[in-house]
Amino acid sequence: MSDLPDTVKPAISQGLKLQWEPAQDAHVLLYPEGMVKLNSSAGAIMSRCDGARTLAEIVADLEHSYGLSGLAADVRAFVALALQKHWLELRE
Amino acid sequence: MSGAVPASPVQTAAPSPGPPLWLLLELTYRCPLHCVFCYNPTDFARTGAELPTAEWLRVLREARALGAVQLGLSGGEPLVREDLEAIVAEAHALGFYINLITSGVGLTRARIAALKDAGLDHIQLSFQDSTREMNDFLSSTRTFELKSQVAALIREFGYPMVLNVVLHRLNIDHVGEILEMAEALGAQYVELANTQYYGWAWLNRAHLLPSRAQLERAEAVTQRFRERVAGRMQIYFVVPDYFERRPKACMNGLGSVFLAIAPDGIAMPCHAARMLPGLELPSVRAADIRSIWYDSAAFNRFRGEGWMKEPCRSCPERGKDFGGCRCQAYLLTGDPDNTDPVCELSPQHALVTAAVERAERAGREGPGPGAAREQVLVFRDHRRSIPVVTEVPARR
Ligand code: SF4
Ligand code: SF4
Repeated sequence: MSDLPDTVKPAISQGLKLQWEPAQDAHVLLYPEGMVKLNSSAGAIMSRCDGARTLAEIVADLEHSYGLSGLAADVRAFVALALQKHWLELRE
Repeated sequence: MSGAVPASPVQTAAPSPGPPLWLLLELTYRCPLHCVFCYNPTDFARTGAELPTAEWLRVLREARALGAVQLGLSGGEPLVREDLEAIVAEAHALGFYINLITSGVGLTRARIAALKDAGLDHIQLSFQDSTREMNDFLSSTRTFELKSQVAALIREFGYPMVLNVVLHRLNIDHVGEILEMAEALGAQYVELANTQYYGWAWLNRAHLLPSRAQLERAEAVTQRFRERVAGRMQIYFVVPDYFERRPKACMNGLGSVFLAIAPDGIAMPCHAARMLPGLELPSVRAADIRSIWYDSAAFNRFRGEGWMKEPCRSCPERGKDFGGCRCQAYLLTGDPDNTDPVCELSPQHALVTAAVERAERAGREGPGPGAAREQVLVFRDHRRSIPVVTEVPARR
């Protein structure tokens, strides 16, 4: 999965919901049998996966927002993991 | 049972609980299938009137304010409530993730459209009731037609098709057919959950517990099926805990994340908790959710480790399984503070092995003349435990 092309558009999987929970001070991913409390970087990535932006655009946005560079490999690895867990799916 | 050694004061201090992340509203005990034989309390006919809409909405607001985020709507059959759409709309506006647990009876196009509009997130289609419905399903076109219409609507409205089937001795040998039906319905997720023995199922346990051989056959069939449909369907097979060596970690311990409200407004730390003796369950009619969750004696009763007895009390695994199921401990041993006898370390573990042996014998001899016959047995889907994880989901 690490060979994900830059042009894929990841989105939160059908039936799942991502939201910011003040009570948990975190983004949580909600699904029928449970929830995942995301750490801040996972939350930052997932909240940009809207099915409209490409992987490259998400990386660029994160690097811009956090004033960092060289995030591509980490973001790609997380997206691959999230796809494998069915948290994310790819839109055309 | 008395004789409970009072817990030492050092151990009674429970860590201060987090919010009730998971809220289950059992909106009604009514069900058009007349499946009174379900996990609902065996004396459910004696419970009081259902909460009116305004009270449910208040429960939602109060629970959400405390941090509740997962919402299950069940029953009975929740579609019986004409205010279901209003409840869903309020829950959605508040930011809940909303899961409807339904038999599908009454889920018309108009209603699913309205529910979708109101913000319903997820639907779980359940075979939640009697053997009769399962038999009809396996044998009668009409029931299959009904379920497939509902399944088609669920998919058409963009919901994943999730099917939950309760297994027991009388249907577990049909698991292959059940899975084929599920495939024909277009199910993407199937949960084959073995019955849990409380409520009506407890009363009928002798007829319901499968034998080990049945269980192994069913698992093998499931595994072959799984390989065939890999990538299209995900199938979960939940083994009855009577066959395990350790109990399930129920809901991270009672009073830690899960709050259920019965149709009449009784608040419960577990949906079966009504049966526990000496637990004075508070009502949402008389108290707000905050005081129920944080202050009521019932919700504090099994928090922390102070209530535990040996062997749990000094067991290194107590932080992992919290001593197992309180309801099972009570039903089998008469004392809800005892170790869940499913645990091999329980001095009363023989109660479980004896039940399994009886099932083996019954399995070998086959159902005797009239055994378990039309005794329309007893179910309703309910998860043994509801995982709420912080890093990794339990499934999917
Ligand atoms: S003795 Fe109690 S805490 Fe230890 S494994 Fe058994 S049930 Fe769990
Ligand atoms: S496992 Fe937990 S939820 Fe289930 S009956 Fe036991 S105590 Fe209740």
